[in-house]
Amino acid sequence: MNYPDFSVTVPIDHVAVEERVARLNKRSIKKESKIFALKLALSMMDLTTLEGKDSEGKVIQLCQKAKMPYGPMPDLPTVAAVCVYPTMVRTAKNAVKGTGINVASVATAFPSGMAPLSVRIDDTKYAVDEGADEVDMVISRGAFLSGDFQQVFDEIAAIKEACGPAHLKVILETGELLTYENVRKASDIAMDAGADFIKTSTGKISPAATQPVTLVMLEAIRDYYYKTGKMIGMKPAGGIRTAKQAIQYLVLVKETLGAAWLDKDYFRFGASSLANDVLMQIVKQTTGQYQSPDYFSVD
Amino acid sequence: MNEVTKETYKPTSPNSKLDFASVWEYAPAPESASHAEVKNKYELFIGGKFVKPSSGNYFESTNPANGEVITEFAEASKSDVNKAVKAARKAFEGEWSSISAKERGKYLYRIARMIQERAREFAVLESMDGGKPIRESRDVDIPLVAAHFFYYAGWADKLEYAFPGQKPEAVGVCGQIIPWNFPLLMLAWKIAPALACGNTVVLKPAETTSLTALKFAELVQEAGLPDGVVNIVTGAGETGAEIVNHKDIDKIAFTGSTGVGKLIQRSLAGTDKKFTLELGGKGAMIVFEDAPIDQAVEGIINAIFFNQGHVCCAGSRLLVQEGVADTVMQKLKDRMESLIVGDPLDKNTDVGAINSQGQFETINKYLKIALDEGADVYQSTCNIPENGYFVRPTLLSNVSQSNRVVQEEIFGPVLTIQTFRTADEAIQKANNTPFGLAGGVWTDKGSKIFKVGSGLRSGVVWANTYNKFDPTSPFGGYKESGVGREGGLHGLGAYLKF
Repeated sequence: MNYPDFSVTVPIDHVAVEERVARLNKRSIKKESKIFALKLALSMMDLTTLEGKDSEGKVIQLCQKAKMPYGPMPDLPTVAAVCVYPTMVRTAKNAVKGTGINVASVATAFPSGMAPLSVRIDDTKYAVDEGADEVDMVISRGAFLSGDFQQVFDEIAAIKEACGPAHLKVILETGELLTYENVRKASDIAMDAGADFIKTSTGKISPAATQPVTLVMLEAIRDYYYKTGKMIGMKPAGGIRTAKQAIQYLVLVKETLGAAWLDKDYFRFGASSLANDVLMQIVKQTTGQYQSPDYFSVD
Repeated sequence: MNEVTKETYKPTSPNSKLDFASVWEYAPAPESASHAEVKNKYELFIGGKFVKPSSGNYFESTNPANGEVITEFAEASKSDVNKAVKAARKAFEGEWSSISAKERGKYLYRIARMIQERAREFAVLESMDGGKPIRESRDVDIPLVAAHFFYYAGWADKLEYAFPGQKPEAVGVCGQIIPWNFPLLMLAWKIAPALACGNTVVLKPAETTSLTALKFAELVQEAGLPDGVVNIVTGAGETGAEIVNHKDIDKIAFTGSTGVGKLIQRSLAGTDKKFTLELGGKGAMIVFEDAPIDQAVEGIINAIFFNQGHVCCAGSRLLVQEGVADTVMQKLKDRMESLIVGDPLDKNTDVGAINSQGQFETINKYLKIALDEGADVYQSTCNIPENGYFVRPTLLSNVSQSNRVVQEEIFGPVLTIQTFRTADEAIQKANNTPFGLAGGVWTDKGSKIFKVGSGLRSGVVWANTYNKFDPTSPFGGYKESGVGREGGLHGLGAYLKF
């Protein structure tokens, strides 16, 4: 673990960041490279349901979809993980048993994180005890914005410890951090404190994931890799609904971090409705025709 | 040349090297060329008509990406140039001067709109004939061409307001000679202000890239511009010399190499011709420790690899503050690895073909010189097509002010990198060439931008960006980079007498 210098702010030129994204969005992904990207996107998905009305039945159905995204094409890759609330972890774990699909649980008083640290640690331990392979925590944005970076760092480190063997994804909630410089700083703190993944958003705040924010985080990951040789994963979450967007994100990853990150161990999409559009595009690319959305499961 | 560079290639990232090549390669995404009509042969455009050259000679134009012959252009001799100048003179003294300034403006607006309508065709032809990536001809060249015509169209009936208290008048017949790096854009830079001010023109495009100029001639015919207002004569240096030395031309506008510019200035000495010269450059980019490094690297990439480095204002010298030199170097090398070099018509291509065999040889000559001078040559390891003229993005380190590769314009995808310690040293090094066209400064600190920017003896200084063009902004050089300004209000003055 590196002990970071909180006084350092890495300057980010927002005009140039957005220009770079605009340029990468002009990549034209066709034919076999498109099919490859679509399947890759599917395999990187954290199929998510995070609603107060979630029930066991709903979670089980989601897990079915995770295992078999589209019945007529049984050879498609499964998604990477299902992402649920801690109380649904056991249900999900049983439903995906033996498939290699991970169960990710949000924890730490998701989505606000407004609970005492002890409660957040218990929340995390509970999720892990229930069988979560991955924990998605939120940082204390209030502490961050008021300049108490030490608190943010210590909390992440404490949650990391509570995770034990489970992988830790740290949600920065970039929609509340407001500037790219803040996003960069929060990324650095999270990685130094032990994050295995850094993640943009809870999906409960708008804006959720954006490409410029993702690029800034990918560049933070790259600098961390240059410095330490350690690969940190990236997870944009929320607001990614179309296959086209997903491919644009993959281009961002490929041209910023390279081939090694094009893997579900290092890149995830947090999304609920993206899967169907990706499936639709895969069918279109394979058969040459668009199917009605009625042919794809709503789970 | 390839062997030499393979020998010297070594992965130099101090720690971890990123791999961009494997796993997911983009499939070819070629822009369709089927809608672009190219004739077997193009004549000269004189007095509103396409006429055969008096010599009967034609020369071939090839696609530098594959060596295929695209078409043939007529070779204009002295008598053809004479005819063109006469047609221009007749139009200037006749119809063109008799119509109102507002009507002149309307013609220019019409041309601008027609260019927009045919943007795709022009973009494809520009890439086929000149080797530049379709992404650039589509997103930069052609939109800027239209923007220039729109901009100067607006000035046509407002010249008195542009120069209050003076009586601006058209100069007369303008001889214009343009280069091969931005064929249609340089045509627009020349023709739009000339016409807006009420002049007529005889324009010679570069011999390797005349296609879009003749397509433009067809457009001029369709736009119904009076005969003789725009004349286009094709040919090599001799044709250009006939224009420069013609007695009935009132103004010469030239964009090209400093060598030819000096020749032109010499032959114009003692005549009363007005002239503007846009010549070479060796733009310096200064990156300070406090700069946003990732974005600076992106700016550097755009500064030197835009249009294969065939840009007179290209940022071809990188000056980095010592504290961040290793970081910048590492990031630059990794970023160079992700550049896609290849088919100019592929929508994913970042760096296209070198414009001609001649230029290809020039660049390779300089790579050889770099090795002789003891430079470390780093080239991206990307695949390049077997046929056609391609050069890998290249970085030369371990070089200094005394090296030819630091002093001379290479006009290719070749960047030199040096370090500095203080702002004053950076300014001194940046100014220490015979050129003075463009420069760039990267820092997070506004006051530093102004201090360094005003210290640079160069026509353009970009801050935290590079190679941004706009018709409203004047462009031109200090020292051996040129005389006069094009673009903006300043560009009008060059086509008027008072």
